Amino acid sequence: MDFSTFMQQMVNGVSLGSMYALIAIGYTMVYGVLRLINFAHGDIMMVGAFMAYVAHAAGVPFGISVLIAILVAIIVGVLTDKIAYKPLRDAPKISLLITAIGISFFLENLFNVLFGGVPRAFSAPNYLTKILHIGNVYMPVTVFIIPLVTLALLAVILWILYRTKYGMAIRALAFDIPTVKLMGINADFIISIVFALGSALAAVGGVFYAVSYPSIDPLMGVIVGLKAFAAAVLGGIGSVAGAVVGGFILGFTEIVVVAFMPSLGGYKDAFAFIFLILVLLFKPTGIMGQDLDRSRF
Amino acid sequence: MILEVKNVTMKFGGVTAIDNLSFGVKSGEIFGLIGPNGAGKTTIFNIITGNYKQTAGEVFFMHELISGIKPNIIVQKGIARTFQNIRLFKSMTVLDNVLIGFHNDANYTFFESILRLPRYFSTEKRIKEAAMQILERFGIARFADYPATALSYGNQRKVEIARALATEPKLLLLDEPAAGMNPIETEDLSNIIKNIKEEYGLSILLIEHDMKFVNNMCDRVLVLDYGEEIFKGKPSDAIVDKRVIAAYLGDFTHA
Amino acid sequence: MLIEKRHFLQLFFLLVTIWFIWYAQNHLDPYTVSILNNIAIFAILALSYNLINGIAGQFSLEPNGFVAIGAYVTALFLIPGSTKLDMFALEDPAPVIMAMHSTFLPALIMSGVVAAIIAFILSVPVFRVRGDYLAIVTLGFGFIIRIFAMNNPKYTNGAMGLNDIPSVANLYWCGFIAVITFIVMINIIYSKFGRAMKAVRDDEDAATAMGVNTFWMKTYAFMTSAFFEGIGGGLMASLLTTISPDQFTFLLTFQLLIIIVLGGLGSMSGAILGTILVMGGSEWLRFLDQDMDIFGYHTGAHPGLRMVVFSILLIILMLFARKGLFGNKELTEIFKRVKK
Repeated sequence: MDFSTFMQQMVNGVSLGSMYALIAIGYTMVYGVLRLINFAHGDIMMVGAFMAYVAHAAGVPFGISVLIAILVAIIVGVLTDKIAYKPLRDAPKISLLITAIGISFFLENLFNVLFGGVPRAFSAPNYLTKILHIGNVYMPVTVFIIPLVTLALLAVILWILYRTKYGMAIRALAFDIPTVKLMGINADFIISIVFALGSALAAVGGVFYAVSYPSIDPLMGVIVGLKAFAAAVLGGIGSVAGAVVGGFILGFTEIVVVAFMPSLGGYKDAFAFIFLILVLLFKPTGIMGQDLDRSRF
Repeated sequence: MILEVKNVTMKFGGVTAIDNLSFGVKSGEIFGLIGPNGAGKTTIFNIITGNYKQTAGEVFFMHELISGIKPNIIVQKGIARTFQNIRLFKSMTVLDNVLIGFHNDANYTFFESILRLPRYFSTEKRIKEAAMQILERFGIARFADYPATALSYGNQRKVEIARALATEPKLLLLDEPAAGMNPIETEDLSNIIKNIKEEYGLSILLIEHDMKFVNNMCDRVLVLDYGEEIFKGKPSDAIVDKRVIAAYLGDFTHA
Repeated sequence: MLIEKRHFLQLFFLLVTIWFIWYAQNHLDPYTVSILNNIAIFAILALSYNLINGIAGQFSLEPNGFVAIGAYVTALFLIPGSTKLDMFALEDPAPVIMAMHSTFLPALIMSGVVAAIIAFILSVPVFRVRGDYLAIVTLGFGFIIRIFAMNNPKYTNGAMGLNDIPSVANLYWCGFIAVITFIVMINIIYSKFGRAMKAVRDDEDAATAMGVNTFWMKTYAFMTSAFFEGIGGGLMASLLTTISPDQFTFLLTFQLLIIIVLGGLGSMSGAILGTILVMGGSEWLRFLDQDMDIFGYHTGAHPGLRMVVFSILLIILMLFARKGLFGNKELTEIFKRVKK
């Protein structure tokens, strides 16, 4: 393949990887704090995409639409925790997981009822759909914007985690919830912050996804969510930086492997699964791995 | 020496939970691990049972190196334990809890249980009788079909010890067996423990705070503070040792 | 006691069920019989699903994957070679596919065995590590099976699926296999393996501390669940006579999840009751997916509303009635009175 195609694919890989990273961060943060796989998280991404679509279609400027999407996603995420997960904090883990699946399925079917299952075209504003011409390579401008925004958001998250007292509380919660409560910290509030941050990022990821593959449907969060979680595990579950690393590796692999070996195209969606199995077999703590479960005894 | 802990150190990140600890439990003795909360006593248990991998040092059981062996295999070698906060199987009856202890002793296969072949029936009969015998030893046989959670705290503790006994151990690790018990229950428990030690030929390593209990039960004690040994010897000598007193600062509940 | 009171009650139900299977197959109308067939198959699946989720306590989303495997294996064993040659439109069937031919029972058993082997392969990465990866892995597994089926037309006829599957399954097959599945599950529960699985469910570390090899207990449970789910898939293939990769979606797993939660996680008799209730309720609620007239307001058809209701039901169950109908007890245990 020639250089320009190669560059094209590299850049696509980074773009896709960014989207996975944005969603993976939400999974990893919730898992780190609650040891819960929030199955509904992928669907939050879908909610974000749909909200942006609805707002924009109603005439709201795109930037505001995205903010609305983020806001709605935050509300849905925090409400999910308050209504469904918080009451089950002390219940057996399986109850939480089942509830999460219930929420996920609920969101998918609700949006199916509201919007129908047929994919809808997502019209992004011109400044996002412009195609740049650099040398021989034609690239949509999004492939630059998406990774840059992702890295910026990652920097914000890391700043919050490591430079604010809320972030410190989040990191402490990942180790030991009862002790954190004894320190006088309102654990529930901190947990809500975690859900809010994750949901906001997922909404952004959803908007990016909608702009890049310009169609949205109620089930769009399912496969992407699954892959994003696999990316989070690959990078090291519980680690935000790991989620990003995992996201990029997965995004890259999907694009690049198919580009070099088109016959494997149909298996693109299976790579995440393969990574997951390999990680579990050889290094369960993932690339940046930390062992989260030392305090069992 | 049935158990030998040699130069064991345990570090969790920056924290040294156990610092170069060595001690041995003689066959047939009751050995106590005492010390203030957080001194590292349960950590030692977890190292012996294979749940934690120590940073340095070795553990020998019956002269065999057991460091690095998986926990459920260590049980098969003859070490059983109870937990500080009683971990019975909450959805199961008292009898079923004890029967778990017989899991490895019951030698019928998965297919034999599905097809209900004769070995299933003979084995189940045998272990049920053995389990009931242990329960009778503890005076709680009448609760066999009760949900384990329905029993009083003291009786639940007995079920937990009975369950550990079902694994036919040579060394029994008891983590604060008398915790949460009133003096009568404590007295009852110490008699039972002494009796089962004789009857089943056990050695016992126990963690406790209650000094009266320790005095009554233990042949020797090791006092820990911040993961370090500060005294090893007879309980009666421990309570008058300067370093021990300093560590506890009057924490003794009964002396 | 080797023969306990529960054995009499169980024997009674067994005889009633056997009689009912015979009666229904011979005296009831085809529509009712087809519903009963569905109930029987779902019962098999629910009982299996209950073993890994309810008894062993390992949250899994595996059924649709293993059902798909079982369906394809049985279908490929049943369809005659000549039909395969005609049917495989995208690519000629592979030699091994042409060689697959047997009667119904061996086909079903192969379905179960293949599913169980794959379950074992999944067990190794998942059960050796701590953590809740089983759910995600099995969720992904369902998708992978579909991807595999779509991308290997030589083996599966790709997106076109398989039709003209010989219709051998009837209420005798489905009903008796359901009965056998139930008996197997009960036998497992009332044995050291069932006890150990429950111990793993209640407190895995305490189970390990008592010498239980938790990896094998989880794996036995998972493989057994897969085995019967595979058989259920095989029955489904023969009943429907046509299968395709898109048929075995997460929806199937979700329905089974509601069934076992409603019946009570860990109760096999509850799973049977749950199957009847959910399948019945699902039929009854079918109107939600269609055009509705509410106080004169024409709503238009909204497919998916039924599932919205079901997902809300699941959430409410988990929040307020987590134990379901029978909790983790069997019907025979509920009536046991303990002397104080």
